[in-house]
Amino acid sequence: MAWTKNVLRVNLEAGTCTTEPLNMQWAQDYLGQRGLATKYLVAETDPKVDPLSPKNKMIFVTGPLTGTMAATGGRYSVVTKGPLTGAIACSNSGGYFGAELKFAGWDMVIFEGASPKPVYLLIIDGQAELLDASHLWGKTVWETEEIIKKLHQDPQIRVASIGRAGENGVLYAGIVNDLHRAAGRSGVGAVMGSKNLKAVAVRGTRTDAYKLANPEAFFAATEAGKKVLAANGVTGQGLPTYGTQVLMNVINELGALPTRNHRDVQFEGAMAIGGEAMHEKRPTDGKANLVTNGACFGCTIACGRISRMDPNHFSVKDKPQYHGASGGVEYEAAWALGAANGVSDLEALTYANFLCNEDGFDPISFGATVGAAMELYDLGILTKEQIGFELPFGSTEGMVKLAELTAKGEGFGKEIGLGSKRLCAKYGKPELSMTVKGQEFPAYDGRGLQGMGLAYATSNRGACHLRGYMVSPEVLGIPVKMEPQATEGKPAMLKAFQDLTAVVDSSGLCLFTTFAWGLADIQPQIQAACEGDWSEDRLLLIGERIWNMEREFNLAAGLTCKDDNLPPRLMKEPAKTGPQKGAVSKLDIMLPEYYQVRGWTTEGVPTPETRTRLGV
Amino acid sequence: MRISLKLFASLAVHLPAELRSRHQQELEVAPGLTVLEVIQGQGIPPGQCAIVLVDGVWVAPLERATRMLAEGEVLAIWPPVAGG
Repeated sequence: MAWTKNVLRVNLEAGTCTTEPLNMQWAQDYLGQRGLATKYLVAETDPKVDPLSPKNKMIFVTGPLTGTMAATGGRYSVVTKGPLTGAIACSNSGGYFGAELKFAGWDMVIFEGASPKPVYLLIIDGQAELLDASHLWGKTVWETEEIIKKLHQDPQIRVASIGRAGENGVLYAGIVNDLHRAAGRSGVGAVMGSKNLKAVAVRGTRTDAYKLANPEAFFAATEAGKKVLAANGVTGQGLPTYGTQVLMNVINELGALPTRNHRDVQFEGAMAIGGEAMHEKRPTDGKANLVTNGACFGCTIACGRISRMDPNHFSVKDKPQYHGASGGVEYEAAWALGAANGVSDLEALTYANFLCNEDGFDPISFGATVGAAMELYDLGILTKEQIGFELPFGSTEGMVKLAELTAKGEGFGKEIGLGSKRLCAKYGKPELSMTVKGQEFPAYDGRGLQGMGLAYATSNRGACHLRGYMVSPEVLGIPVKMEPQATEGKPAMLKAFQDLTAVVDSSGLCLFTTFAWGLADIQPQIQAACEGDWSEDRLLLIGERIWNMEREFNLAAGLTCKDDNLPPRLMKEPAKTGPQKGAVSKLDIMLPEYYQVRGWTTEGVPTPETRTRLGV
Repeated sequence: MRISLKLFASLAVHLPAELRSRHQQELEVAPGLTVLEVIQGQGIPPGQCAIVLVDGVWVAPLERATRMLAEGEVLAIWPPVAGG
C-alpha cells in the first residue's frame, strides 16, 4: 500500500496531536491528496462555516505516489474552505515538503480549531508537537524557515509556512514551502493565519513509512513513464529550458493575453517579460535574469525558474537580501504582475514575485487586483490621495509599491489584500472585478479561448487554469487541436479534463506530466503502487466523483448556478485586436450542455441518478 | 512580397544573430510561397515546428504545404512548448 495509513489530527485549541488510522474505504473511493482530504473536509465541516473561523478545518495531504520514485511524485495539497471565494479550496504545491511528510509516516494532517497564541507544528517522524511561535510571528517565510532550521539544528527539516500576508488576513495568502514553492491560490494561507499556525516543520527518515503493492512492477512503470517524459518535446526540452513562461508570446500572438484588467487581449510589452527575455543578457549588467532551472522532488521535467535580479534595479538597489538567486517568475506570475497591469519591466516583476514568495501571497490574485485598482484610478474613482501615490496602467513603481504594502499589510496594501471583488464592490464598480466566484482569472482570456472561459466559470475553486486546462487542446493541440472560437465538443472535453485532473491531483503527481502522459501512462504506476484494481475506468470515475463532491460542497455552502458565470466584460465587450478580434464569451451556449454532460439539472445540481452512480 | 517571420524559444537560432533578441525577421519572398516552403527555406527542421500560426491562426501540420502566405502576413513558429 502506498499510503502510510496514518492521519495526524492536530487540535489547535486544545494543543493536542493525536494519531488515527486512515479511512481505507475512503482511500479506495477517493485515492488520496485532493480527493481524500476533500472527503474528510466534507465529512467533518459545515459547508456554511466562516472560512476564517476556528470551525473551519485545514488539511495538509499527500497522495499515494508522493515520496515514491514516480517522476514528479512530490506533490501535496492543502484543502479547506477558501476565504476568497467561500467555496472549496484545494491548493497544490511541489518542492520537497510533501515527500518529507510522507517519509515521516503521514498521509495527512488535519488542523482543527484555532490556537490561542502563535504556534508551529514540529513533526519528527512519528512524533508531533505544537511549539510556541511568538518569536516567529511577524517574520517572513524566508526568515521563518531559516530560524526553524537553526533552532532545531537540522538543515534538512522541510518547512511550510505563512508570511506576513497570511498573518494579516490577505485573502489570497498562500502557504510557501522550500522558500519558493507554494500552495498559492484561494487563500489557504489566510486560513492558516486565522488559526495562529505559523508553520509546519517536518523531518522524515522512516524507510518503512509505506509499502508499494508491487515494487517490481512499480519500478518498471515509473521507468517507462520517465522515458516518455524525456522523449517528449514539451516535458523533455521545452519546459526545462524555457519554463511555463514560454507561453507569454504564444498567447499574445493568439490574442488571448488579458491586458490592463482585460481591457485588451494583446500586450505590447509581452516580448520583454516572456520566457525568452529571461534568457537574454541585460544591457545594464550583462547578465541574464534566469540563472538556471529547478526541479521539485522526484521531478524529471524541472520547469522551475531560478532568477537573479540586476542589483542596480531601482526596486532592490539598497536591498542586498534580494540580490541572490531565488524563485523567478512563472508564466502566471509574469502575466499577472505584468500584462494585467501593463507593466513590462521584467526585473520589477521578478522583485514583486520575490515578495510574493517571501511573504506568502498569490501573485495571480495580487497582480490582477492591482490591475483592477489601476482601472479604478484610470476612471477617476480611486485617487492619488486615497492610494498614496499615482497608479496609472503601466506604472512599474506603483505595482512594486503595492507589492511591498500588501506584503506588510500597510496603507492601500490592506485594500489590495482583499482581492479585486471586494475592492471593485467597495468603490461601486463590481463589474470591473475580473473574477469568478471571487477568485481572479489567470493568464488566458475567456473570450479568446472559449473552452477556458467555460473552465473558469465552472471551476469549483473559482477562476483557475489548473482544474481543466483547455489551453492544451485550444492552443497546443494536446491531445487534439480544437479551434479557440469553437464551442462544439468543448463541454465534453472540459469534463474529461476536469475529471482526469482530479485524478492526477489526488495521486501525488504533478499535472504537468499530462503534457506527455495520458491516463494509460499514469494508471500502471498507481496500479503497481496501490493494492486492488485501479483500472482507467475506475480512476476516471474517482475523478468524476471528486468533482461532484466538490460541487455538492459548494452548493451546500450557498453557491448556485448563478455563480457559474463570467464578468460582463467577457460576455459583452468584444476583443479589440488580433485573431480573436470581435469575440465575446459564448458561455451561454456551452454551460447548459456542460450541465447535461455532467449529469446535472438545468440548475447545475447533480441529479439523483448522478449521485447514485457516483456514490456521492 | 514581404512577410514577417517570428521564431521563438530554441528556434530563434534560425534568425540572423542580430535579430534573435527581437525574434522577428522581415522577409522578401516570392508570391504564393507556402508556410512549409518558408520553413524549409530558412533551414528550420519541420519536425521542430510544433505551433505554427499565421496572423495568430493555427496552421495544422497537414495544411503547411498548401497554406500560401500573403503580403504582410506574420508567420510565428514555436518548438514543442507548454505552460500553465
